[in-house]
Amino acid sequence: MTKKNYAFYPGCSSQKGASASNFPISIGVVCEKLGIQLNEIPDWNCCGASIGYGEGGLLPRLAISARNLALTEQHLPGQDLVSGCPACWLSTRETAEKLHESSQLMSETNEALKAVDLEFKGTVKARHIVEVLVEDIGFDEMKAPVVKPLEGLKIAGYVGCQTNRPFGIAGESFENPQYLDRMIETVGAEAASDFDQKVTCCGGALAFSEPEKSQKQIRDIVESAYDNGADMIVTPCQLCQANVEVYQSEINKKQGTKFAMPVVYYSQLLTVAYGGSLKQAGLNGHVIQPEKLRKIASGQK
Amino acid sequence: MADEIQVKTAAYICSGCGLGDKLDIAQLSKIAQKEGKMALVRDHTFLCNSEGVQMINDDIEKEGVTHVCIAACSRRAKTEAFHFPTVALTRTNLREGVIWVVAEGSEHDEVRQEMADDYVRMGCAELKKVKLPQGKLNADLQKRILVVGGGMSGLTAASEAAEAGYEVVIVEKQAQLGGWANRLWKRVPFSGAYAEPQDTGVAELAAKVSAHPRIKVHLNSTVAETSGAPGRFIVKVAQESGAVTEEAIGAIVQATGFTTYDIARLPELGGGQANVIDQAGLEALAQTANGGVLKRADGKEIKSVVFLQCAGQRDETGKHLAYCSGHCCATSIKQAMYFKDANPETDTVVMYTDLRVPGMGEDFYRSAQNKGVIFTKGKASAVEASGDACKVNFRDLILDEDASLDADLVVLATGQVPSAGVDLDAWNKVVAEAEGGSDSAKQNKSEMQKTSILNLTYRQGPDMPQFRHGFADSHFICFPYETRRTGIYAAGPVRRPMDMLQATTDATGAALKAIQAVENASLGRAAHPRSGDLSYPMVRLEGCTQCKRCTVECPFGAIDEDERRFPVFNQERCRRCGTCMGACPVRVISFENYSVDTVGSQLKAVEIPDEFSEKPRVLILACENDAYPALDMAGLSRTVYSAFVRVIPVRCLGSVNTIWITDALNSGYDGVMMMGCKKGDDYQCHFVKGSELAGYRMGKIGDTLTQMGLEPERVSSFEVAITDNERVAKFINDYVAQLVEMGPSPMKGFG
Amino acid sequence: MNDFNRQAVAPYHNNFLREVEERVEDGEWVKMCMQCGVCAGSCPLGNAWQHTPQKLFMMIRAGKRDEVLTSDSMWMCTSCYNCIVRCPRKLPITHIMHGLAHYAHRLGMAPKGQPTREIAKLFWNNLAKTGRINELKFSLSMYFKDGFIQGIRNALAMRSIGIGLMKAKRLNPMELLGGHKCKDKDGFRKMIARAREIEERKLGKAS
Repeated sequence: MTKKNYAFYPGCSSQKGASASNFPISIGVVCEKLGIQLNEIPDWNCCGASIGYGEGGLLPRLAISARNLALTEQHLPGQDLVSGCPACWLSTRETAEKLHESSQLMSETNEALKAVDLEFKGTVKARHIVEVLVEDIGFDEMKAPVVKPLEGLKIAGYVGCQTNRPFGIAGESFENPQYLDRMIETVGAEAASDFDQKVTCCGGALAFSEPEKSQKQIRDIVESAYDNGADMIVTPCQLCQANVEVYQSEINKKQGTKFAMPVVYYSQLLTVAYGGSLKQAGLNGHVIQPEKLRKIASGQK
Repeated sequence: MADEIQVKTAAYICSGCGLGDKLDIAQLSKIAQKEGKMALVRDHTFLCNSEGVQMINDDIEKEGVTHVCIAACSRRAKTEAFHFPTVALTRTNLREGVIWVVAEGSEHDEVRQEMADDYVRMGCAELKKVKLPQGKLNADLQKRILVVGGGMSGLTAASEAAEAGYEVVIVEKQAQLGGWANRLWKRVPFSGAYAEPQDTGVAELAAKVSAHPRIKVHLNSTVAETSGAPGRFIVKVAQESGAVTEEAIGAIVQATGFTTYDIARLPELGGGQANVIDQAGLEALAQTANGGVLKRADGKEIKSVVFLQCAGQRDETGKHLAYCSGHCCATSIKQAMYFKDANPETDTVVMYTDLRVPGMGEDFYRSAQNKGVIFTKGKASAVEASGDACKVNFRDLILDEDASLDADLVVLATGQVPSAGVDLDAWNKVVAEAEGGSDSAKQNKSEMQKTSILNLTYRQGPDMPQFRHGFADSHFICFPYETRRTGIYAAGPVRRPMDMLQATTDATGAALKAIQAVENASLGRAAHPRSGDLSYPMVRLEGCTQCKRCTVECPFGAIDEDERRFPVFNQERCRRCGTCMGACPVRVISFENYSVDTVGSQLKAVEIPDEFSEKPRVLILACENDAYPALDMAGLSRTVYSAFVRVIPVRCLGSVNTIWITDALNSGYDGVMMMGCKKGDDYQCHFVKGSELAGYRMGKIGDTLTQMGLEPERVSSFEVAITDNERVAKFINDYVAQLVEMGPSPMKGFG
Repeated sequence: MNDFNRQAVAPYHNNFLREVEERVEDGEWVKMCMQCGVCAGSCPLGNAWQHTPQKLFMMIRAGKRDEVLTSDSMWMCTSCYNCIVRCPRKLPITHIMHGLAHYAHRLGMAPKGQPTREIAKLFWNNLAKTGRINELKFSLSMYFKDGFIQGIRNALAMRSIGIGLMKAKRLNPMELLGGHKCKDKDGFRKMIARAREIEERKLGKAS
């Protein structure tokens, strides 16, 4: 099978030892199985995420994303720039679109890019890895390599904000996107279809600066997962995974709850379903252990 | 002519659609023959098919049949099949009216048959009293159309009628055509992209109209007198100079537009101050500026302007106009653009509580925002003069605080006040007082006459009746262009508040109606809702007591008065509703195919069982516009109602003469139900006032009933809409149950 | 801080609106708001905003410069984009809010000690050093932003989370010594500086 080539933009949180370092392992396994070749963009830089605006002005933020786009054009011509992280996706795609709309901003950005001997010509499309899986590969193809259907698991598909808005995946509804539920079904598990906090914001970057407000959101999300009988929450976003998993202990401490809801990536579900090991699925990288998933991965019943 | 025809009656009974299964057709035939006294009786298994229709046509041709009764489905069904234009026709409803509404099951066979028997009796009885209306063809009638008012509405109506091939006469009071449009710098766009104010187009339209070979224009003129009827109006057009021209006219379009609400009545919003003007005033400033920066009357360039919406409108206190004039938000947006287009630095604020820009107006609104016009949701409380400028005090409704704005100019979006002429309610009051001898009333009357627009010589008054808020009445729910004066149509803002684009479509509609009116008049036919009706009211004047009820109660003012104080019926103004017939206490008015007799004979033909039979009889008089269709619809949906009712359709409840009620009660009916369309402010009565008049008249018979020893509940009215098929069945069943409880009518056996 | 011209502004005249149009990211959209309020209703932290986005737009139009720029409202935005997808006028509200926040920050008018403002600054400065985020240094700079003692307190309060992450190999104490970086980190810094320079020039010209 000829591999599909994509320029891969992992993002800062997926760096080795960083807060989402267990993500790239599983996404690597999944892409391998599905014939996707991820070519990491050489010397990529941070996108500025959703909090860079405070100190970074418009042009500096455009420049840093334009650098990633220009690097792709130069080193991986003809390939889509595919982000592993939704914030990276949004920053990069919004930059590409803004520069397309305004020739003045484009020329000013390229002015700045001269400092790194680069020029963005505007030929690169900025996408997200979930978009590639759903739109380019498709659910049927995603199902093909499944050897260990995740039977007996009920999973809450927490789509969150940024894979869903403002661009969305495959033209789905903003209010009730189905792609994550379908991925859950593809791996043989049951999707918690009444999970009503599916597109609720976890607080994002404000989990650091406004902990109470963010933890209120997280509490609602986790509670709804419990109310719907879910064994775990699955998410496509590295910040959501960290926030929703890591702050449950804080919420338990402050509000007397007894939350212990595991939060995993869709790529981890796919890896386990494809027969991957604990290590391959990155299942050793959790604060709240996803026991049921671990059991299936290690072959225990 | 009609009286010389040898009458030969025939009844045709259909056994199709299940009629043959549920009813004893042979019995029905016998009744038609023995009791109905029909000369010829036939039955057929499928009367509406080509064979059945041929059978009837053969009888008409070869057997000399002149009167046909069809006992089959409802008169509203199979009208093309049962089209026999050369004979008098009655149809009695055995399908929707009997077998489809009587409960299923053999235990109901008896009452079902009794119902059918009665309907055959009724159909035959009616048939013997009707004549085929001949109509009054008059090819000499006029087809010229008069348009009163030469603004956008009038010009459009004239232009459309002329393009359709009709001659038009326009009467315009000013020295030039164009009306309000002349006073506008630009108009709100009529077409895409709806982003910029457009040229008004009035100069072009006025030129087109002036040059048109079929259009005659009277400028500096008003209508001094209108007499006659559709097809034969005589209109006296008076020039300002005094010269009077007589025009022969077929139909009239009144497009007399509006005036703006007097800004002086809004002192709290600054009305009367030098730098507070209305939208008309702003147009004048814009016209003077001619594309350049707008300057105030004192010559100062306007750097900041505030538009206050809903000024003196949507007012709940009763001091000002209660309604929204529809166009003013878009107009203010347009005017704000005048400023921005000339100088983008001008501060323009539009202050509103609700911004109304329906349809494509939303794009116009967006375009204004794009140009930098600021929209503030706020309610102005006062406008003060502040030095050389103005200060607007208001409540900001988004920020929820009191605030104020300074502006060089304040523009009040005031409302449209229709120029509809004399209010007939006020007129009739004054006329009555004047006739009573009051001198001040006589003075009043001549003052009011001066404000008249049409100066109709009609007995009911010199102008069209006004509906709400002084707008010329039109039957908004069923027939939006129809007014209460046949052949006279209101168009444009005189009919209801509207903008220029709406006025042009309105005027086109009115022109079409005017054309329809003149064509109908020449054929002797009625207009809506009894389209095509050739019958018209005939009066036996020797019996008339000159009580004036017909004249006063006719919803359409079709009846005038001659010098001997007898009513003069103007057939072309008549809608054939029969309200006059219902009003007449001595019953001298009738139509060839609808009279006191045609209905009276029907109700008397019904067999009334005695008081021990436990079979009450209830007469239903159902108006043919909404109530009778609702009853048909109940049949269509197989909704069951009591088999003890007998339905007679009437043209309008207004045509119900009290003699029918009296006769029904005397005959021993246990109750009478009158079913008609809704009355009141949101009326649906197809003849506007009929339902209301019936209600009023029936309100008076309570005493009579008590004198007769009858409970007043034995006569009742119900408002029925065409959609009420379930409700109407419920009304009937509940009412019959009520009557059963009351006990049988004590009048049984005396009839 | 740039020295912008601060004229006395008569209420409800366009000057602040114009200022926002010219100097705030996506500011030219503010005039297109039709005050429907869907943004305010859709925001997950909506009730935490002193002035909702809808109100902020009206305040801008009303010339309430100080109230808008000193408000902490815009800093409540989590970038969830709910407002953007629901706005019937398609205003890019998220970006306008970020733009206003940034502008207030540049002018020095944003509330002192506003936590999101502070961590945003720390985040940018962190990435600007090497072109990549050093998460450990970022977390520590966050904890210690209010002083050493408070820093120790914050770190201790979060220690169980820290330990959990370290066990999961998602927190690397070695990052203290350097961590990930772009090879061309010098170029990266130059690029940012250049971009900033161009922007300052543009804004300086407009004042």
